[in-house]
Amino acid sequence: MSKLHPNEALKENSNFLRGTLAEEFADTSNGAISADSQQLSKFHGMYLQDDRDVRADRRKHKLDKAYSFLIRVRMPGGSVTAEQWLKMDYLSDNYANGTLKLTTRQAFQLHGVIKFNLIPTIREMHTVALDAIAACGDVNRNVMCNPNPDLSSAHAEAIKLADDISTHLLPQTGAYHDIFLEGEKVASSEPEEEKIYGKTYLPRKFKITVAVPPSNDVDIYAHCLSFIAIIEDERIIGYNVSVGGGMGMTHGAEDTFPRLADIIGFVTPDQAIDVAEKVVLVQRDFGNREDRKQSRLKYTVERMGADGFTTKLEEYLGYKLQPAREFKFTHNGDQFGWSENSNGNANLNLFIPGGRVVDTADYPMKTGLREIAKIHDGEFILSANQNLVIANISPANRKEIEALLEKYGLLKALDSSAMRLNSIACVALPTCALALTESERYLPTLITELEETLENCGLRHDAITIRMTGCPNGCGRPFISEIGFVGRSPGKYNLYLGGGFFGQRLNKLYKESIAAEEIKPTLTPIIEHYAKERNEGERFGDFVIRTGYVKATTAGNNFHAK
Amino acid sequence: MSSPLDQNQQALLESLAATLNPTQAIWVSGYAAALGNGASSGASSTSKNITVLYGTESGNSEMLADKLTKAAKKKGHKAKLTNMADIAAKDLVDTDTLLVVVSTWGDGEPPETAETFHGELMAGGFDLTGVEFSVCALGDTSYEQFCQTGMEFDQQLEKLGGKRIIDRVDCDVDFDDTFASWETSIWEKLGASSGGAILPAFGGASAGPAVVFDKKNPYPAEILENVVLSGDYSAKETFHVEFSLEGSGFHYEPGDVLCVIPQNADDTSDNVLAVSKLKAEAEIEIKNVGKTTLGYALKNLLDITGISKKVATNIQALSGSDELAKLIAGEGAESFKDWSYGREVIDLLELVTLPADMTAQQLVDCFRALPPRLYSIASSPKAHPDEVHLTIAAVRYDAHGKARKGVASTYLADDAKPGTKVNVYLHKNKNFRLPENTDTPVIMVGPGTGIAPFRAFIEERAEDQAKGESWLFFGDQKYNEDFLYQLELQDHLKSGALTKLDVAFSRDQPEKIYVQDKMQENAAELWAWLEQGAHFYVCGDASRMAKDVNDTLISIISTQGGKNQEEAEEYLKALKKDKRYQRDVY
Repeated sequence: MSKLHPNEALKENSNFLRGTLAEEFADTSNGAISADSQQLSKFHGMYLQDDRDVRADRRKHKLDKAYSFLIRVRMPGGSVTAEQWLKMDYLSDNYANGTLKLTTRQAFQLHGVIKFNLIPTIREMHTVALDAIAACGDVNRNVMCNPNPDLSSAHAEAIKLADDISTHLLPQTGAYHDIFLEGEKVASSEPEEEKIYGKTYLPRKFKITVAVPPSNDVDIYAHCLSFIAIIEDERIIGYNVSVGGGMGMTHGAEDTFPRLADIIGFVTPDQAIDVAEKVVLVQRDFGNREDRKQSRLKYTVERMGADGFTTKLEEYLGYKLQPAREFKFTHNGDQFGWSENSNGNANLNLFIPGGRVVDTADYPMKTGLREIAKIHDGEFILSANQNLVIANISPANRKEIEALLEKYGLLKALDSSAMRLNSIACVALPTCALALTESERYLPTLITELEETLENCGLRHDAITIRMTGCPNGCGRPFISEIGFVGRSPGKYNLYLGGGFFGQRLNKLYKESIAAEEIKPTLTPIIEHYAKERNEGERFGDFVIRTGYVKATTAGNNFHAK
Repeated sequence: MSSPLDQNQQALLESLAATLNPTQAIWVSGYAAALGNGASSGASSTSKNITVLYGTESGNSEMLADKLTKAAKKKGHKAKLTNMADIAAKDLVDTDTLLVVVSTWGDGEPPETAETFHGELMAGGFDLTGVEFSVCALGDTSYEQFCQTGMEFDQQLEKLGGKRIIDRVDCDVDFDDTFASWETSIWEKLGASSGGAILPAFGGASAGPAVVFDKKNPYPAEILENVVLSGDYSAKETFHVEFSLEGSGFHYEPGDVLCVIPQNADDTSDNVLAVSKLKAEAEIEIKNVGKTTLGYALKNLLDITGISKKVATNIQALSGSDELAKLIAGEGAESFKDWSYGREVIDLLELVTLPADMTAQQLVDCFRALPPRLYSIASSPKAHPDEVHLTIAAVRYDAHGKARKGVASTYLADDAKPGTKVNVYLHKNKNFRLPENTDTPVIMVGPGTGIAPFRAFIEERAEDQAKGESWLFFGDQKYNEDFLYQLELQDHLKSGALTKLDVAFSRDQPEKIYVQDKMQENAAELWAWLEQGAHFYVCGDASRMAKDVNDTLISIISTQGGKNQEEAEEYLKALKKDKRYQRDVY
């Protein structure tokens, strides 16, 4: 038997995720923390990073690397109040790099928070009931949920489930509280216990979504566990359950691959939390703890088979799942623009390029959203595509909000090409330690180049999903896009084609390691071909398979097959 | 100068002089001086009881006072060198002849070490009748309160009954000539001496230690390295320069100061030249230098940026400008001081109409000599043999519609590239020294470029394998951009050469955090260190930081030591007296 991964002992000996974090946060001589502490800090929602743009010259300046932290916020369903939005806006200006990143998993990320500002930032977040607990790490992370509340009652139920699952699976350790809020460890007479996770938590990260068809914007097939709402008469009567999806892989390691989730059955609303817990327990007990590249739930399901996994789950549950019900997804992008709720309120789905809320010289987006937050009495909901829904705008407020939208030009971005509106880019350089090349800073430029082709072909308003990540770990869910780019090395990408438009099919490698400047010449003839010879209603991802550019990937285990 | 020598003697002397190198010349002058002293002491009817009293910040006053004392002894007087830090003002009643050399610091303040003495003297309450005195004041004309302290001493000594034997002289940054003329007057008054008379024949060398490179003869030090310390996104431009001292004969200690002879930037001298409508090749003569060209002088020899009333008055006289006359007289819309703030000589020249027939000589006569700039040394000679390092913040800003730059800091930033040479000399600062006992703990407060001498201290203690603990408070604007010498400090913490480091960065969070806040946070421990005999050092900005640190120190002594304000101040005064509280502030 091979040995447990060192992280397992680290977790076990960390005194429930405390380790030496408090001491290291107090060390003012450097902006970093030790390798072990970096693993533990993830459980508290923060990653150590450094500014890779300036890395080379730092030693010349007699300076250590420009270390800072990313803080990811736990916010089930991506929903926050206006007060919470304003607080995050304030924190981004005062403790971070002046921007708010809306992630592909409906969370805020603050970037550029130096070590000494972690505690003040977490404390300020706490004042508006926001936290970063389990936003990263080997635990259940932010629970996603469909953001379009136009079916008000169903959406309310779905988001409540997301919230309840998040709460139920929250680590019980007092570490976060002790380190960030109290400042000093309070000796407790009660021995601590993690009833669900145990001392070593999960083998790897765990991701849950709740979807409300026909929208698959949360990308259920790309997640460990999903609940797909089955709706009758505008009420949720239960959920189909899917398990074993996931994106990450490693270049050159064919035993790592993206995998789509399997739909394994139907559960009633009152069973949902129990099912979530038991899926977590099966993964806790049967997930691989030796090789972290094989430890996600998708490999557990692949190994046990979907049926085998379901049998084990039912054993843990003590009851059988019902057969899965019929449902239909039609898209996995955002439904931009205005929508009306059954309760009479309105929602506005805005396009936030790259999910980056920032003021630039010609587009004061961040200021505009701040001004709206000052008067908005509904919610702000982050979409799974890094965009933003200003939700539940009351009729009384709508006029004033419309005036602000106009004043700050917030609607202009909605005139972008359909490809741009259906794009996702991960953060990558300069902060992400995993990035092999650019993503968020490059994709907009690439789309501008491709838009020329799209305009010439009359495809400006045809949605094609396009996603880019700086590495193969998959934060931008690139392997289920119709056009996917995954960073290989500086300026070079693997180009994948043929993903399903609503996220139901993995794509396939079309060109390996092509230079950025080759992308447009490579794609232009294919797009032109599509414009001329597509069938009625045929999606780009389907077209490239029918016309033989790539073979269809039918399952994760044949993703790498040519 | 009429020589007392006969023709024969004169010829012999001149033929000898022609063969001497500078070192030999100095030796001969000393020899001759000693001969002269022997003669004059025999002739002197009254041997005076002289007290040479000095108040020093950077060490210049001390150096001049020391020179004066030695000269007095050679002339057969009883002479005693006294630091204002070491006596009470009322003790002056016991003196007979009092020669005072004192500098003015900052905004008309006495030197740090003379603060107490100054306070006592100004308070008065004793009688100095029977004491004869003279004051040599040191200062810098670019400050509004030029030589303020010397002026106050001079007036107060008279007020208390003293008799002024020679009028006070006020020396600018290039103090040598003014001081020499004062010294000559002193000896003319106190006792005839023929010893010094022949010295100018040997090129102005005076008796002193036989070093080849010094202020009059700076050492052209090769730049070994010049690196920016600030991060790419810093709002500041702080840099580190390493000079070679190989062959200079310079020996320094941590705490000492390196004096840099700067040059004016090309655009600065070009602008002055352009507005003058004169030719760069025009021949002019500069005191102590001789004949040269206008272009050379503007670039290398003259202060053509710093505004003072003196240079303004000179330019007014040259131009006859009514407007400038009003400004100087304070009859304009704003005071001269307010008007000068952020302005430079070029603004004066542009304000007036220079006469069409102005000569190059008339223009250069308006300006003072380009003063050397003093920088606290950032290296330990034990750690870096034959090298000296500086930490410099480049001064650049916009004011009154023009881009401005600090003469020396931007000269070093822009022109002192590795391989080039920069003229330097050393300056001792006995008032900023590590404890002699290496077991003694030290607390160092040095935000910004104030870290410079502490880098030297920490390196020195590392080389000495000192057992004493050390604690550095550092601060600046941003952690990731302005943490000067961060990697080195991390290494020193690891090796134990630095025991404790506390940092304060003012612009990383909504509220400003400064070094004094970090002191306050650590009040109990800081007090414990002081009680264990720690020396406390401060280096950096005088106008705010040093004051705030001083106040915080008093507050910590008071709260932690259970003392009232007065007692805490007394405690601090005692620390100063014991040389356990030393400051190098600017």
